[in-house]
Amino acid sequence: MRFTRTSKALGMAAIAALALTGCGAGGGSNDGASGGDTNRVIIVDGSEPQRPLMPADTNEVGGGKIIDMVFAGLVSYDPSGKPVNEMAESIEAPDGQNYTIKIKSGEKFTNGEAITAKTFVDAWNFGAAAKNAQLSSSFFESIKGYDEVNAEGSTADTMSGLKVVDDTTFTVELGQPESDWPLRLGYSAFAPVPAGALADPKGFGETPVGNGPYKLADGGWQHNVQIQLVPNPDYDGPRKPKNGGVTFKIFQNDDTAYQDLLSNSLDVLQTIPTSALANFESDLGDRTINKPYAGNQTIAIPEYLPEWSGEAGKLRRQAISMAINRDEITKVIFNGARQPAKDFTAPVLDGYSDSIPGHENLEFNETKAKDLWKQADAIQKWDANSTFSIAYNADKGGHQAWVEAVVNQIKNTLGIKAEGKPYPTFKEARNDATAGTLTGSIRAGWQADYPSLYNFLGPIYKTGAGSNDARYANPAFDEAISKGLGASSVSEGNQAMNKAQETLLTDLPAIPLWYQVSQGGWSDNVTNVDYGWNGVPLYYQITGK
Amino acid sequence: MTTYILKRFLQVIPVFLGATLLVYFLVFSLPGDPIAALFGDRPVNEAVAAQLRKQYNLDQPFWIQYLLYLKSIFTFDLGLDFSGRPIAAVLGEVFPVTARLAVMALIFEGFFGILFGLIAGLRKGKIFDATVLVASLIVIGIPIFVLGFVLQFFIGVQLGWAKPTVSAGASVQDLILPAIVLGLGSFAYVLRLTRTSVLENMNADYVRTATAKGLSRSRVVRVHILRNSLIPVITFLGADLGALMGGAIVTEGIFNIPGVGQRLYRAVLSGEGPTVVSIVTVLVLIYVVSNLLVDLLYAWLDPRIRYDS
Repeated sequence: MRFTRTSKALGMAAIAALALTGCGAGGGSNDGASGGDTNRVIIVDGSEPQRPLMPADTNEVGGGKIIDMVFAGLVSYDPSGKPVNEMAESIEAPDGQNYTIKIKSGEKFTNGEAITAKTFVDAWNFGAAAKNAQLSSSFFESIKGYDEVNAEGSTADTMSGLKVVDDTTFTVELGQPESDWPLRLGYSAFAPVPAGALADPKGFGETPVGNGPYKLADGGWQHNVQIQLVPNPDYDGPRKPKNGGVTFKIFQNDDTAYQDLLSNSLDVLQTIPTSALANFESDLGDRTINKPYAGNQTIAIPEYLPEWSGEAGKLRRQAISMAINRDEITKVIFNGARQPAKDFTAPVLDGYSDSIPGHENLEFNETKAKDLWKQADAIQKWDANSTFSIAYNADKGGHQAWVEAVVNQIKNTLGIKAEGKPYPTFKEARNDATAGTLTGSIRAGWQADYPSLYNFLGPIYKTGAGSNDARYANPAFDEAISKGLGASSVSEGNQAMNKAQETLLTDLPAIPLWYQVSQGGWSDNVTNVDYGWNGVPLYYQITGK
Repeated sequence: MTTYILKRFLQVIPVFLGATLLVYFLVFSLPGDPIAALFGDRPVNEAVAAQLRKQYNLDQPFWIQYLLYLKSIFTFDLGLDFSGRPIAAVLGEVFPVTARLAVMALIFEGFFGILFGLIAGLRKGKIFDATVLVASLIVIGIPIFVLGFVLQFFIGVQLGWAKPTVSAGASVQDLILPAIVLGLGSFAYVLRLTRTSVLENMNADYVRTATAKGLSRSRVVRVHILRNSLIPVITFLGADLGALMGGAIVTEGIFNIPGVGQRLYRAVLSGEGPTVVSIVTVLVLIYVVSNLLVDLLYAWLDPRIRYDS
């Protein structure tokens, strides 16, 4: 008896609740009706930051987006990727090695603490020291004294290259001349942090206090749910907010976020999910964007594998490159969400060129590919039983479709065995790549941390560089790169970088496939949506309709 | 009775130790270095990585790591996850959300499953029975994520009756659609189980006796048929609570619910041993307790069952 009555009551509750949903729906958003609304709180998609929100400890997109908005460094990047002064008054170095940095006076954190030259020097020293275990500490590697503070077990905490001159001036001495060093100063690792952050980084990372265009709302970070940012009224730089705040709703997958966008519960979706690529333009009409950003996709072929070493290896890599029909794959598999690569960098960068000698090695050419493969066979016979494999991680990124397409094109053009080799997780794929135990090629990609050609070349292809999965070593390339770094200006440096790319385009330690393109969309409620050089929406520009 | 309950609770101790040890070992054996993965595509900075390994005890051998973890449990300080937050706080955030979802799903499947099953059983072979049977077959046959996406698209996006995703706070109202999706599969099982059980009991001697005594139809159905038919259904529902909590990951993914499944999935991918073990241990405890409750319910439903020796 009692049992029945209870269930009846529960059932009533359920029905009542169902009725509530029915009534409550549809009344979502009336506030977007007026035009050019700069008070609207923009709701955008985000992901849960992996680490506490400390500028030098954040190296992934979820936290990176927040850091970029809450902090302002010496410079920030304009939509085309050119650095513009934010906290800096001037950054000068006649020799490319000894920099004198003047900062604007009177700048403050949102807690009222003044920002001086010492603030920057302390923040950078903290970020670089190994004992503080900051994930982005390598960004300070050019500064003199970095090797001492970043040695394993080191307790040193100041770099000899940093010196405070007065309240608004400090000097930076680099280990060697680097013409493109100022370009990287807009990266979040170089942001200033208040003194409290250095004393308690974990606590600070929960409720960061910065100097950027936005600040964290009170209790604004609800973990795994959302991060609410409100404009910082004291901010007076190039990224002045044109809305009433930005709320990052945390999504576990893009498909779900897309449903939210369709029902206008989400204002901006940074990346359209693969499943919606075919129909998002008809779903959203003109509320979409299709813009390249500073990222690319390549296949790295390790030279430590005997069949890919020496002259024969080089010819084979050229043959593989020419066997891939990039136009077809970018159209059929990606629906235009990628652009065929013409070099090793990305088209949004200052100094980019699509006609560097050797770029023809990246064009589909069936007869030449076969011919090159034959030439290689004459030097060293390809074992008919061996398989050309492309390793990729199957946990995220949706790589399987294009890997299979590339594999099939190689099979059909060259008549060799080829296959995709999935790793269950990204972590495992990286393990083999960094340990140098790959048994075939691996998909590699680069997304620039700062808009510079060198960032796409030095860290990946220099002899002994950290991300040199192919273990490529060519003194001619190394020399061309250091010549570029020693150049007296960024543009002169760019020319030297492109010269260095000529060597890469012949050697092909990795085969460039395509450039990344951001494809995003927005709801009926917002306007003025544009993306920056790095494929991240310029959130501060977005307004309500 | 008290002795019985006490005994059952003592059994929790070996289950707890076994589960934590096993899960900790499994996460420990996952290939790949979780600290190296934190660096993403970038080269691993060895000095920083070494410092982090030390922080998370990852430089210790398996047994030391496990014992340190056990110690942290008994001092009620579960340590920190990779984002530097206390794991205890993380548990406090995700479990209430998933528990709310699972209990709502359980209420949905229990109430409607038993109701529909009872009616279908009482009107065997009639149109309601046939319709419900076919419908339940379809529900059982379609994977949960298909149901989820379809309902989300039609009810959430096209009709706009509910939000397609759950908003901050995961209110009961927001969770209705996800709870229905989560409970649908089990709803079909409960329905069929109740129906079969009711059919069996309808032919039992005591039902015939009750009817012959001149009891009203509704009393016969409620007290003699339904109550006796509930035993297998209660067993199923009890075991299902644990399954719903652990298995909500698909539903949580579709409706973007910040619950146990999502956090667990992320912790497994990033190799955060203590986080994984803490979440799984709580899930195991929920299984154990819900099974105990089911056993106690038996005694209430069927007075012939007694637990004291």
